[in-house]
Amino acid sequence: MEVRWDVFLIIVGSALVTFLPRVVPLMVLSRMELPEWGIRWLNYVPISVMAALVGQELFVNDGQLTSLWTNVELLAAIPTVLVAIKTRSLLGTVVAGMISIMILRYLL
Amino acid sequence: MSQEELRVKSFSSPGDQGSFVQGVKDCIPTLLGYLSIGFAAGVLEKTAGLSIMEITLLSVLLYAGSAQFIAAGMIAAGSSATAIVITIFFVNLRHILLSAALSPYFRHLTAFKNMLVGSLLTDETFGVAINEAAKKKQLNEKWMHGLNLTAYLNWIFANIAGAYFGQWISNPEKLGLDFALPAMFIGLLVLAIVSRKKIRLDVIVAICAVVIAVGVTIVYPGNMGVIIATVVASTIGMVIDKWK
Repeated sequence: MEVRWDVFLIIVGSALVTFLPRVVPLMVLSRMELPEWGIRWLNYVPISVMAALVGQELFVNDGQLTSLWTNVELLAAIPTVLVAIKTRSLLGTVVAGMISIMILRYLL
Repeated sequence: MSQEELRVKSFSSPGDQGSFVQGVKDCIPTLLGYLSIGFAAGVLEKTAGLSIMEITLLSVLLYAGSAQFIAAGMIAAGSSATAIVITIFFVNLRHILLSAALSPYFRHLTAFKNMLVGSLLTDETFGVAINEAAKKKQLNEKWMHGLNLTAYLNWIFANIAGAYFGQWISNPEKLGLDFALPAMFIGLLVLAIVSRKKIRLDVIVAICAVVIAVGVTIVYPGNMGVIIATVVASTIGMVIDKWK
């Protein structure tokens, strides 16, 4: 039941960088507004960061490009994407992904 | 909504004594989501090697689903604290938009009270609040606290429950748990794209982000790839959007 020092720092650091974007706009935007280009840029951040994370998870393994032909994760991503589009449910997508990879690992 | 309607509807809004309770009730439809994703996060955090105390602290202080999944994955992979914090900063930067969109409805509060309202803001509570805001000129502070606190307590509970359950899982790969993180990113990416009407541009931005992230990561192993890809691809999106 211990808390490691380095994990504690990670938790506090991530909590702080999460807290600020949550509260600062509510606190200051009654007095001023975001510039239009800023809003436009922020609009693309969720897409970019998620796509970058997906890319890194699916195509990179130990700093190397994963071979396309032995890439089970990439195969499992196909039904996962389809379920996400169809159900629009985050939980459904996560479960579909886990089931897909289990089946693929069993078969291949 | 017309001015007329706004005036009529705002009569029934602020100052109700039962608003906190109403906020709690309005949170109920989202609870299944918090409980199940929170449970999954708890299991993942536990199998990533975090202690129950660390998991509790993580859900109490960070309180953000995708960020907690990332923290677990990156801690397990031995990433540096700086890389983890910067990645989570970008993942959670979207809260600026949510917080900014709610700000007109809380103009009647002091900055400190606005901080309390914002500190527990999530995608789901935002969704409920912005729906409620469509009917009113301003949102009730107590109602918002009822909504936020209900979601928050359920999230913490679900994480701890998942952590206890996770203790019994000896081989997370066998259950496909190692794919929960990429599947969650895929889900968040697809949901973000289908929820707006800019599919072509969004897909271009996403492809740019993937190519940059993969390219940079192969040249400089670590997590700089995600950060550079986020900044460059968002800028590409902003420029094309402006230029059209």
